[in-house]
Amino acid sequence: MIAFKLAYRNLIGAGLRTWLNVTVLSFAYVVIIFHQGLIDGWHRQGLLDLKAWEVGGGHLWHPAYNRYDPITFQDSHRNIDDKLIKKFNEGQIAPVLVVQASAYPDGRLISVILKGIAPRQEIVSIPTRYLADNNAVNAVIGTRMAKLMKVKEGDNILIRWRDKNGVFDATEVHIIKIFKCDVPSVDNGQIWLSLENLQKMTGLVNEATYFILSESYNEGKTDEWKFIPPSYLTRELDEIIRSKRGGGMIMQGILLIIALLAIFDTQVLSIFRRQREIGTYIALGMTRPQVIGIFTVEGAAHSVFAALAGAVYGIPLFIYLAKYGISFGFGDMGLTLADTLYPYYSLELIFWTVLIVVLAATIVSYLPARRIAKMKPTEALKGKLQ
Amino acid sequence: MNKDTIIRLERIVKNFPVGTGYFTALNNITLKFEKGEFAGLVGPSGSGKTTLLNIIGSLDTPTEGKASIMDKSLIGLSHKESAQLRSKHIGFIFQTYNLLPVYTVYENVEFTLLLQKVPLSERRKAVMEALEWVGLTDKVNSKPSMLSGGESQRVAIARSMVKKPEVVLADEPTANLDSVNSHHILQTMKKLNEELKVTFIFATHDEKVMQYLSRIISLADGKIVGDTINPNHGSNAQ
Repeated sequence: MIAFKLAYRNLIGAGLRTWLNVTVLSFAYVVIIFHQGLIDGWHRQGLLDLKAWEVGGGHLWHPAYNRYDPITFQDSHRNIDDKLIKKFNEGQIAPVLVVQASAYPDGRLISVILKGIAPRQEIVSIPTRYLADNNAVNAVIGTRMAKLMKVKEGDNILIRWRDKNGVFDATEVHIIKIFKCDVPSVDNGQIWLSLENLQKMTGLVNEATYFILSESYNEGKTDEWKFIPPSYLTRELDEIIRSKRGGGMIMQGILLIIALLAIFDTQVLSIFRRQREIGTYIALGMTRPQVIGIFTVEGAAHSVFAALAGAVYGIPLFIYLAKYGISFGFGDMGLTLADTLYPYYSLELIFWTVLIVVLAATIVSYLPARRIAKMKPTEALKGKLQ
Repeated sequence: MNKDTIIRLERIVKNFPVGTGYFTALNNITLKFEKGEFAGLVGPSGSGKTTLLNIIGSLDTPTEGKASIMDKSLIGLSHKESAQLRSKHIGFIFQTYNLLPVYTVYENVEFTLLLQKVPLSERRKAVMEALEWVGLTDKVNSKPSMLSGGESQRVAIARSMVKKPEVVLADEPTANLDSVNSHHILQTMKKLNEELKVTFIFATHDEKVMQYLSRIISLADGKIVGDTINPNHGSNAQ
């Protein structure tokens, strides 16, 4: 208790020096929490977007299907059996047929992937209801794809594909809707058609490449279809986040080290300048560990003050950013990244940040204070350098 | 052994390393102090007064010899045992007052009681009593920076006396004070010595202090060159 009281008084008494340290350290707190919150917010948003637009409650894949290898598309489709048709009718799965194709917007050649999806599915947010009219070859595409092909709603583009026998065929598709989504993998290079149309175009009647499952689907894998859990489908985003978090930690570490160096420097100076006070504590009956404790608490208290100071300007800032988000103006980077990011500040993040900073400040305060243990009280009382 | 003997020093030698050799600050000092004495170690600078005071206060250890306070040997004490001894039984008064600048007068005096974990109500009573002894009850909330030298030293006296120690060691307590304040301080300490039977040992070369001492131990070059009773102590004091 004495240590805390003395630490408080000494810190207040030290005036500007204390407030400079506290300001720098509070800045470290705010930047660490802001950056981690931003990454967490991105991760959260990304996962929600992925689930909403692509992943659902997981997929059932044809065993040969590899979404990164278009060569596999040709052989990775299979008949939809009655059991799966029943599940589809119950709204628990949405079948998707995948076919590699070429598009010729304005006479240019662009390699695309045609995806046939049931128009009445409600598992993912792709606006498939626009594909309900099977009398025309309508397509929905994302904004990225529209930009790439330089097309707008109402335009027609020529596409060419190979049917189940390997024979090339071509038709014009009508862009009925351009949708905006933050998941590039449902947008970049993708043209979404009605499942029935694509099945007819390829001759793959009643066949699908994979199924998007609803959250309530819980039957796992079947003999013919491989269950792909959501964690597998979101792992790219998880890995990007992990690497961003790692990179951020280096920056945060540097910032924290600078702030801690200021505390370390203050501690060294304090112990150097306050030898007479240290000698007095010992003469009055304090043990050396108690005196070390006073100086350690004093240094560590910077981090507590900094947390309070950081809260004063950090909390309003965090609340504002969490409410209105922050736009960096680079939404279209090929990553699952929204135009506006809404940082997410969890209690866990705040708790661990405060704990780590307080612990680090305590350690850097303790290191110079250890010197007190070697001081001779008689010399300290004279204020002599030791 | 006289049961009123509170401090016993036998053949104390203290050497300080200097270069490849050493400097002998105390050379074969043997002394006893009785309970309630108002004694002083006097002598010029470098005679060993402060070194001897530091050994009595368990802030330093002798190179050779035996030292005990209240029959407890000071040789071989751990840091913790030394701290406990100082905390409970020994009060210090320094030339430069050594008050804690961030604490008020009240808190400075209270500090040693906090170390002993004295309950709040007892602490409050003892602090106010100590401040009454030195006439500073009107300054309880003042910071040391707001006090004069004399007032600061009176706070230091109150701080040393508040725990009612057996021994108070005062190292040049009047060196930074003018004549009027010096006499005021010394009268206060003499009064406390008489009323509370606390043993006071001074290290001084101040003539004003010597007027008050009942026993004067003269040191020169680390040796005792005189140990006399002052029959007129206090009589010529202002």
